[in-house]
Amino acid sequence: MSDLGFQPHDEPPATEAPRRTGMGVFVRWEVLLLVLLGGTIAYGTNASPYFLQSTNLFYISLNVGEVAIMALPLTLIVVTGEIDLSVASMLGLSGVFMAELFNHGWPIWPAMIMAVVLGALLGAVNGFLVTRMGLPSLAVTIGTLTLYRGIAQGILPTDTIGGFPTGLASIGVVPIPHTHIPYSIAFFLALAVVFGIVLHATPLGRAIFAIGAGREAAFFAGIRVKRIKFWLFVLSGTLSGFAGVLWTLRFASARYDAGVGMELLVVTIVLLGGISIFGGRGTIAGVIVAVAILGTLQTALTADLIPAQDQNIVVGALLIASVIIPNSGELYRRARARLRSAEARRHAAAAAQGEGQ
Amino acid sequence: MTAVAEERKGVQPHVSSRALAEMMFRFRELGIVLALVLVVGATTIDNHLFLSATNVQQVLSAASIIALLAIGETIVIITRNVDLSIGSVLGISAYATGELYVHHPHVPLALVFLLALGIGVGCGIVNGLIVTVARVPSLVVTLGTLYIIRGIDGAWAGGNQVNASMLPDSFNKIGYGTIAGVPYLGIIAIVAVAIATYAMRTFRTARDFYAIGSDPDAARVAGIPVGWRVFLAFVLSGAIAGVAGAVWLSYYGSVDAIAGDGYEFQVIAAVVVGGVAIFGGSGSVLGAALGALLLNTINSALVVVNVSSFWSQALAGGLLVGAIAFDRLIAVRVAPALRTRRRARV
Repeated sequence: MSDLGFQPHDEPPATEAPRRTGMGVFVRWEVLLLVLLGGTIAYGTNASPYFLQSTNLFYISLNVGEVAIMALPLTLIVVTGEIDLSVASMLGLSGVFMAELFNHGWPIWPAMIMAVVLGALLGAVNGFLVTRMGLPSLAVTIGTLTLYRGIAQGILPTDTIGGFPTGLASIGVVPIPHTHIPYSIAFFLALAVVFGIVLHATPLGRAIFAIGAGREAAFFAGIRVKRIKFWLFVLSGTLSGFAGVLWTLRFASARYDAGVGMELLVVTIVLLGGISIFGGRGTIAGVIVAVAILGTLQTALTADLIPAQDQNIVVGALLIASVIIPNSGELYRRARARLRSAEARRHAAAAAQGEGQ
Repeated sequence: MTAVAEERKGVQPHVSSRALAEMMFRFRELGIVLALVLVVGATTIDNHLFLSATNVQQVLSAASIIALLAIGETIVIITRNVDLSIGSVLGISAYATGELYVHHPHVPLALVFLLALGIGVGCGIVNGLIVTVARVPSLVVTLGTLYIIRGIDGAWAGGNQVNASMLPDSFNKIGYGTIAGVPYLGIIAIVAVAIATYAMRTFRTARDFYAIGSDPDAARVAGIPVGWRVFLAFVLSGAIAGVAGAVWLSYYGSVDAIAGDGYEFQVIAAVVVGGVAIFGGSGSVLGAALGALLLNTINSALVVVNVSSFWSQALAGGLLVGAIAFDRLIAVRVAPALRTRRRARV
């Protein structure tokens, strides 16, 4: 919690009474997610008979590709107890940068690579401000959210840049040959495997969990807290830049407002995936299921002719629910403890009275 | 932080360190005023029309709305929370005000502002309840309500637009009227800032906000009802955003589903530039209002010196990041000085 710094009244749950149910909670949360996924699919097939056809599944995954890629590094960042709200702005600025370079006569490949490099630099700025200057990541990334989007708007205020080579631009909209999988989701799945292994089966992953569970303890255990956090922000920037390239190719054009407000989706996926906002807990598997839920839900809502604005209501509610529900056990325990102590006091008072007589 | 704790006890053992801390706050407000003078001076040399009555009135009016919102945001940030939903609350309240006039053209002004206030309070209650009862970080809660409220606004408004012609003149006049050359909006903001400044310095409840932001655990131990105070901070922020919605409509004259979109970032930038610590526990409403004025003045100056107004968002973001980094550097520099002074007295 310490680094989010924005909650007045909570000790991180990790430091509270030992959780005997630890692993059980995760299992149940992920089961809950699978049930929810079943629900959204049922809703989708109800809204449209073509929902589960391969073409539609292709479009579902196409729609969430970039969001899904950005959710992976954010997962690690949230596990360490930090947050990065600037991902969507880094996506937008990288896309604009790539298109500007291309417009100035750069070949497309170097332009794409430079866009990813720019993403890494933007992430490094976040990381520097958070780890070296010791600023709260929330404030820093709200600032850079505005700053990066503002720079994109300054560079490319009203125009759209397009005209990318068709062969390359089409990878944004066609599946990998002989399959129904879009390139972006293929990248996501490959990355998810890597992230899953790193987070759950390597010393680095354990270090990331340790940082989230208790930064001081992690520091005294010899973990390079600042260095790890810095590189996670760089990673977030890099993959956001990469997502920006994919986004630009998918729409075959760059605009400054590409992906505006997408941080809502990315944060929702991460928290819905069971990553604790207080840090230290969560699994990549949960995040993958959450991607599937958000993807099917959005497409199902669209198939049900619910306009995009109204879909934001659903996503926002999902975000709030996914932080309240994991916390509700805590609330219940606390309420019970309070009730008990009140009762004990009453007993004590009664006993004292009895003695007095 | 120490200043607050000491004030609560009513003893003043470290006069000099208090004076130093006090000076820093004054220094910040003076610094903003100085920056304002510099910006205005430099721009006026470039183009003397910058100080024309019309332009000054325009800057003042636009800054007033941000300054109003900044009052509420300051209170919330002082309690070590954040309210990202104010732009959406302003939007839905502005649209509701417009709709009310469309359907009941002769509704009294007081009722209109009461409706705007009510909508704001409602949104604030929702935010405050979720934050304090469910005990989840306000960042996540208000990020969610930002989109939920905007979504409700969008579903309600659709592609509709309420224009100035559908609004009575008495209402529009709030937006463009002036007294002795000062726009009504400026007067509203100045009065509101004055009241808030007085309240934040005087009332015990308001001092509790600072105590909570300085150290929530210590505040709880000291017997402050932390949950209630944080709840109150969100309700106040929502209420102000609601009223600001009606004011916004009177100034801009037309409202659709995207009114106030992205205002939260401008407001947070203004608050932080104005010296309110993002860690909570310190800062003043006056500083935040001056921050809003500075931001709007620079925006207006950019246009005068022929920088595209499309850069204004980058500017707000840059100032926000710069201000928190600057505050941090100052804090790192000043903390040892405060410590040595205290040791010297002991």
